[in-house]
Amino acid sequence: MTKHNKKTVELESAVVRFAGDSGDGMQLTGGLFSDSTAFAGNDFATFPDYPAEIRAPQGTVSGVSGFQIHFGHTDIHTSGDQADVLVAMNPASLKANLKWVKPHGIIIVDSDAFTEKNLKKAGYETNPLEDGSLNGYTVIQAPISTLTKEAVKHLNLDNKSAMKSKNMFALGIVYYLFNRDYTKTFPFFEEKFKKNPLVVEANKTVLKEGYNYAETIELFPQTYAIKPAPLNKGRYRNVTGNLATSWGILAAAERSGHNLFLGSYPITPASEILQEITKHKSLSAIGIQMEDEIAGIVSTIGASFAGALAVTSTSGPGLSLKTEALGLAVMTELPVVVIDVQRGGPSTGLPTKSEQSDLYQALFGRNGDAPVVVMAAKSAADCFYSAYEACKIAMEHMVPVILLTDGSIANGSEVFKIPKVADLPEINPPVAKANDPNYAPYRRNPEKLNRYWALPGTEGLRHRIGGLEKEDITGHVSHDPLNHQKMTKFRQEKVDKVANYIDDLEVFGDEEGELLVISWGGTYGVVLTAIEEMRAEGKNVSHAHFKHIMPLPKNTAEVFSKFKKHIVVEINNGQFVNYLRMKLPDFKYSQYNKIQGLPFMVNELKEQFNDLLNEK
Amino acid sequence: MENKIDTKPVKLTREDFESDQMVKWCPGCGDHAILRSVEAVFPTIGERLGLKKEDFVVVSGIGCSSRFPYYMNTYGFHGIHGRAAVLATGIKLTNPKLNVWVISGDGDSMAIGGNHFIHAARRNVDMNYLMFNNRIYGLTKGQYSPTTYKGQKTKTSPQGVFEEPFNPGELVIGAKGRFFARVVDTNPKLMQKTFIEAAMFKGTSIVEILANCVIFNNKTHGLITGKDTKDDYQLILEAGKPMIFGKEKNKGIILQNNKLKVVTIGEDGITEDDILVHDPTTKDAGIHMMLASMQAPDYPVALGVIRAVPEKPFEQIIWDTIEHEKEVSPYKNVDDLLNSGNTWEID
Ligand code: SF4
Repeated sequence: MTKHNKKTVELESAVVRFAGDSGDGMQLTGGLFSDSTAFAGNDFATFPDYPAEIRAPQGTVSGVSGFQIHFGHTDIHTSGDQADVLVAMNPASLKANLKWVKPHGIIIVDSDAFTEKNLKKAGYETNPLEDGSLNGYTVIQAPISTLTKEAVKHLNLDNKSAMKSKNMFALGIVYYLFNRDYTKTFPFFEEKFKKNPLVVEANKTVLKEGYNYAETIELFPQTYAIKPAPLNKGRYRNVTGNLATSWGILAAAERSGHNLFLGSYPITPASEILQEITKHKSLSAIGIQMEDEIAGIVSTIGASFAGALAVTSTSGPGLSLKTEALGLAVMTELPVVVIDVQRGGPSTGLPTKSEQSDLYQALFGRNGDAPVVVMAAKSAADCFYSAYEACKIAMEHMVPVILLTDGSIANGSEVFKIPKVADLPEINPPVAKANDPNYAPYRRNPEKLNRYWALPGTEGLRHRIGGLEKEDITGHVSHDPLNHQKMTKFRQEKVDKVANYIDDLEVFGDEEGELLVISWGGTYGVVLTAIEEMRAEGKNVSHAHFKHIMPLPKNTAEVFSKFKKHIVVEINNGQFVNYLRMKLPDFKYSQYNKIQGLPFMVNELKEQFNDLLNEK
Repeated sequence: MENKIDTKPVKLTREDFESDQMVKWCPGCGDHAILRSVEAVFPTIGERLGLKKEDFVVVSGIGCSSRFPYYMNTYGFHGIHGRAAVLATGIKLTNPKLNVWVISGDGDSMAIGGNHFIHAARRNVDMNYLMFNNRIYGLTKGQYSPTTYKGQKTKTSPQGVFEEPFNPGELVIGAKGRFFARVVDTNPKLMQKTFIEAAMFKGTSIVEILANCVIFNNKTHGLITGKDTKDDYQLILEAGKPMIFGKEKNKGIILQNNKLKVVTIGEDGITEDDILVHDPTTKDAGIHMMLASMQAPDYPVALGVIRAVPEKPFEQIIWDTIEHEKEVSPYKNVDDLLNSGNTWEID
């Protein structure tokens, strides 16, 4: 193979989007293309775009499932704004995705699927392949269904089974376009369908035929190649944010010597974390699906009391339900990690769309003065490190930590350099020693202000804790006014002191200048890309990205003070910017907010930043 | 304050579990007697199960009863309203060696914590769940609870309660609970015997304690616990024994037309052989449900262990699975996991 006569053009990066009906296997197709991208040595990031309904009506726009991958020779931070190549398996997927295709982009369609019936289902009045509406794009019409049927004829499959592999025909075409070696995908079929050799054969054949078809009939005037990315030496894999989060907490459990307990309740888009943890009982990890969100966190608090690394995972509405119990964790000063995979709110909101709108809830959503540590992961791969750090802080400081991720990074994937668990920072929780004569339930470590973790079963440490206010040191129930003030201050100071144990805020770009772009959480990649591009264009702009929100890094004010203008960009109505206005009121912050259930685009950000730079 | 250490070995005594905190329940409240019974049985339970005093954990929700952990010298956790069962679940799953007790009330268990209560019953984690049923909200001063009688006037039911009350036993058995017992706060002997049986049972053992709130619902269980009436309204069940009760020990329960019926031995040709014999271990919930449902004055109220059907408790299933997975899973540590599946090397 790869013996084309055609011209091969070298690219820095490219974006491919696979779209089809939710039954067409587009996520699998995208996943296989990602794997082949990994073999090609490129850096990449992906994002799936599923319908909200599990079985949305077939052939309709609401039933379209998509998968986008951005891959390149350079560092890739996002799944890409718009696609260079769209694969559309039916009219509905073309209709739903055309807006995501670059002008002059390539559109590959299964022309067999553009029947009158399907066009009508998709809401097309005329056939877009014929009415000129796609002028300007390079449209490749391939009779994918017919050719797939032909390819597997000799295997005597029924029509339905034969049609199941048509996505592989499309994948074969795209492999050809990007000069990929299709045989590298064969072992996947052999493993996945090992119980059904016929299906293995069908998939192999169809993939190969798709590739050969593109080559033989010279489907494209040119093909593309992207050189391997200059990644550091080491072993790599692809991870989604939810997978990385799950592995981060498992790693923290192993490193701390405290078994993982995850009490949770299914909720989109966080369920994969619970699903993943329940698989890993061999690592002594207990993942329990409780009867509701409240039971999820309360069982977690119980587990924490008993000595587990205690975590609960949820999304916005679930965090609302956990609110009261979080107050209990604050009061009892137990290590508890709450992972909130944010989605569009309020209420049920936009379950399958991403947003950063739970920040206020994380910071303030409890009765009483109830501070917790709040962190936010910045990318799919960073979920591993953020989850690990959240566990480390919770255990070492005896404090609840809320880790915010979001639907985009949770479901999106990127290349992850595999660390060794032994190389991760140590985790040393302040476990009280048996028969320690100095132990008292609310005696504190003077530096961190944490109390000590006295695990039931340990001799000589019997004590009682609970939601009622406790007397300093002894932990007896206390309604004393001065004691309450003292304990409230302790709880706040303990959280504030975490600032002494986290990384300083870093600046990408010059450390002083005209404009500082401020972002937090899952928007890191797209904001960074915008800044990289603007700096390459010679613009005076730098980037500060926050992973730690409560407390803020200690050098935050100092970093801010070196810039004339500040803009805070976030996927909500302005929560972080208002928090900064409260915490660091000496700066005048501009803000840019997008609240459409959609991620930022590099270009829209650049436009905002350029406008601000041009403002006098 | 220094932490008191006593290194007295092995033999546990009641004093080991007595707290130095002032007990703040109203004088005459039924909860005092329950506390004394629990303190009395912990040494026996510890001895039988080979526990040290640090292995006991007492967990509660919110309400008068839920102050309990402060009045026991054990590891204790006073939780939030309705959630004691789930706190206990997290504790027991994490450390199955602990002997976990849940203290809750009728409002805590069946109103705000209703969902957790029924799921605790079906999940069957090994814990001992004492549910103080005084048919009222005491701590908030006299509102009706899910077990307050229909028609009863309380602060929030000035025209009388309009709803049907829950019968806790029916809920537990209906929710696939495997152990249900009922006792009265006026019978310490029965309490102690039953608490020990609950502790020996591996699984969620729910004990309903008919408790008196002297302030807001005095004598709500009067017919059942009254000196003159109790013998006629208490059926104390014992495994393998006929269901006989009454001042004269001449009344019994038979099954007739698929219903329980009160009969008098010696009348209508009834002999002791006709009386139902109690079998708490039968899996079929039919008779247990009927026994739990019996209400005064039509029936005596069934006390003692009504249902005790052994099954491997949840935490044991989990930990057995963990042991099994450790053997069969290719992932022996997190490094194995990180390197699983599709990976590639860049040199
Ligand atoms: S209010 Fe009732 S239940 Fe509460 S302590 Fe007083 S008597 Fe007992």
